[in-house]
Amino acid sequence: MNQVGRDFPRLEVRAKVTGRAEYTHHLRLPGMLYGKVFRSTVPHGRILHIDTEAARKLPGVHRVITGEDIKKLIPEPYYGPAFHDQPILALEKVRHVGEPVAVVLASDPHVAEQGVQLISAEYEELPAVYDEVQAMKPDILVHEVLKPAGTFADLKHLKDRGGTNVALDYHLRRGDVDGALAKADHVIEHTFKTQQCLHVAFEPFVSVADPGDSKLTIYTANQSPSFVRIEIARLFGWPENRVRVKVPYVGGGFGGKLYIKLEALVAALAMLVRRPVKIALTMEEQFYVITKHPTTFRIKSGVTKDGRIIARSCEVHWNGGAYADIGPRVAQKSGFTAAGPYDIDNVSVDSYEMYTNRTPAGALRCFGIPQLVWAYESHTDLIAREIGMDPVEFRHKNLLRNGRPQASGTILKDAAIPEVFQALVKRMNWDAPFDRGAGILRRGRGIAIALKAVISPTTSVAVINISADGSITLFTGSVDMGQGSDTAYALIVGEVLGVPAEDVRVVHSDTDVTPYDMGTLGSRSFYHMGNAVRLAAEDARGKLRALATEAGLPEGTNYPPVEIFKKRYGMQAGNVIGTATFLPTYSPPDAQGLSSNVTPFWMVGGAGAEVEVDTETGHVRVLRLVNAADCGKPINPAVARTQLSGAAIMQLGFTLSEAMHLDGGQVTNASLADYKIPGMADIPPIECELVTAEQHNGPFGAKGLGESGTFGVSPAIANAIHDAVGVRIMELPITAEAVLRALRAKEGRPLDDE
Amino acid sequence: MSARTITFTLNGEPVSTTTEPHRNLVELLQQFGLFGARESCGQGLCGCCTVLVDDVAVSGCLYFAVWADGKTISTVEHLDADGALSKVQQAFIDCGAFQCGFCTPGFVLMAQQLLKAHPDPSDDDIRHYLSGNLCRCAAYPEIIEAVKRAAKAAYVSEKINR
Repeated sequence: MNQVGRDFPRLEVRAKVTGRAEYTHHLRLPGMLYGKVFRSTVPHGRILHIDTEAARKLPGVHRVITGEDIKKLIPEPYYGPAFHDQPILALEKVRHVGEPVAVVLASDPHVAEQGVQLISAEYEELPAVYDEVQAMKPDILVHEVLKPAGTFADLKHLKDRGGTNVALDYHLRRGDVDGALAKADHVIEHTFKTQQCLHVAFEPFVSVADPGDSKLTIYTANQSPSFVRIEIARLFGWPENRVRVKVPYVGGGFGGKLYIKLEALVAALAMLVRRPVKIALTMEEQFYVITKHPTTFRIKSGVTKDGRIIARSCEVHWNGGAYADIGPRVAQKSGFTAAGPYDIDNVSVDSYEMYTNRTPAGALRCFGIPQLVWAYESHTDLIAREIGMDPVEFRHKNLLRNGRPQASGTILKDAAIPEVFQALVKRMNWDAPFDRGAGILRRGRGIAIALKAVISPTTSVAVINISADGSITLFTGSVDMGQGSDTAYALIVGEVLGVPAEDVRVVHSDTDVTPYDMGTLGSRSFYHMGNAVRLAAEDARGKLRALATEAGLPEGTNYPPVEIFKKRYGMQAGNVIGTATFLPTYSPPDAQGLSSNVTPFWMVGGAGAEVEVDTETGHVRVLRLVNAADCGKPINPAVARTQLSGAAIMQLGFTLSEAMHLDGGQVTNASLADYKIPGMADIPPIECELVTAEQHNGPFGAKGLGESGTFGVSPAIANAIHDAVGVRIMELPITAEAVLRALRAKEGRPLDDE
Repeated sequence: MSARTITFTLNGEPVSTTTEPHRNLVELLQQFGLFGARESCGQGLCGCCTVLVDDVAVSGCLYFAVWADGKTISTVEHLDADGALSKVQQAFIDCGAFQCGFCTPGFVLMAQQLLKAHPDPSDDDIRHYLSGNLCRCAAYPEIIEAVKRAAKAAYVSEKINR
């Protein structure tokens, strides 16, 4: 039976519906202490004094730890995937409200919490900068000195841009933008903005460290256990094998639980007190850990009168917050595709990752792409309107096709851009008459399409063990957060080795036994680890055949493995270990920001929306949301569809309601009561279409798609609103208030500011 | 804070333990090795901590442990006590109605209660009844399907009452 391509329930379904699935959230170890974090109340300041005495005297408090205590254990206690800029606990300065300053340890988490209330800190407050464009002025510096991490191949070029708040600037120059703009019939420019929002995983950040005697074990809800192991070993000056990182199932990641979050803190605490330490954050605390970048995107296009885009310049400022985390990769990687899925000869991109005094920003379901698509697909729609062309026809005329160079210079291959777009147009029934509503309720529709280059170059390693009874175990460092990676790999192993996927046991993310993987992020896993798994299974198959030959079995016969092992070892004994490493090729961008090989595969996704706008209140009701994505050849279509739909609904939240509100750097809506994520009553009828194509170098023709569903949602809705009522929203989220303000401004009777 | 001894029925068994006045029901259940009810938002808004108290779903994060005294408490772990999944659990599997699974026990318990009140629910019934449960992976369309499927599978209401 073919394994790949069948609708197959996830391997762990029973554990999940019975509440028995294992999460770090549940873990408790003998002798364990709970840590609660005392956080900065100021956005930018010099630490003058931390008074921990009252907390230390509280009965039940084991110890109170500050940054200075950590420094005694780890002389350079700074971590980060791009820069070593983030202290385990604040040292000398605090750079955002909510930054961890001290930890109270107690056997009872309530006592630790009470202890935190008894700590006070004095700061010399410094002026703060919150806006990504204002941060370009060097009068307020978030960091005085920066130390590049040098960890990842794509970020090797990072350097300390002393005296600025720029963590990374990426520039792409293709053709002659100024010359083409001068020749264009229309030059159209807009500035779009996005808001700060966050992942809101329902298993809030949680890590446990057990100091052990000769080995430190970290149990953590994390998407990149190999990175955690390497980074913790680096901090302590240890070999990798002295750190063990275990990740059970993870209650939602979405890019938030990448790199180091609580892991360095619990590791340091456990080593200081020589007892297991657990820190589990509250939902409120999650608002001070990692977020999605707010952006300002200035985009300018030159267009001919017959509707060809001949030039586009993109200037994007990314608000990375107080610590770089993986922001530089967001700014660079998404920079490759900032001009959109269009065939444009003259392109310039200037992408700036900025430090500010906000909660840090990192990856959130697509490494910055949705922020860019919001801008360029809103802009594209506005161009079509300005030149009087149907937005579908205008896009058709400009779409990038396979065989043509993308803005980065890489030739587009296996990217089903026209196919995905056509699927949307067809499902939206674009050419049919459309009911535009009447009276106060007006209807409109919009469409959007986008392209992403995957994170490259990155490595995945897989190991397969065939036991002597023929049963198969796969060892993989991928983290299953519900995306179904364990299951997808089981299907691949089953396909190669000719067994049902349900019989394959998947062991995931225990660095003592699972080999290296760069991380479960950016829709990279299925392609990279999927290929490694396929190759490892082929390796095991080859070794099993060799074992049969060794055992004297005639070639070409199909003995079951158990017979082969018995024949060779005289009993049920031995193993066959197959292994493989997958690393695609990559050419780093040159001085012009160009590369002939910027990604091993492209992701394509788009959305169409029909909306109804209440012109008296500004309320927008999404009547229908259509989502389509190029998924190569899907390995498990049922799971792929839920991935697309889940991503689209998440993006719907970022489009219509979700925004962190700041007052003096303090988040004023840090709870689910005031930060509104989509619930069951909020979702429109949603249709998802998997556009089947062939990814020539993907495992069985498949590619990653965990993020593709997010791409087009925000601009499709803004475009539909414009279609309905003739107003344009330039900033996310699209609240009823924003729409009403735009409607009233258009009528010449604007609402007051407050 | 002084500890109190409480006695209650937990998943069909009489139990007794000591707890303190500031602890909530989720913590109490953890004392018994039950982790299906999970505190996430801490404000009774997400439904991850759903527990049945005398057959009524409550948010375990807002329900004091001491209030369990004399009550009958059922958790998700009780649903397959006889080794068989409930119709709702099976329908959640069949419809792929979850991804990370963290919120799933809460949804399952609330869907069981929904089907008791509305054996043949409309989409609106489902949306209304389950609006107090949130799923960040946003498996909502699949959850609606699962509830309808469970209803069709001739839901047996005593399953939760054991």
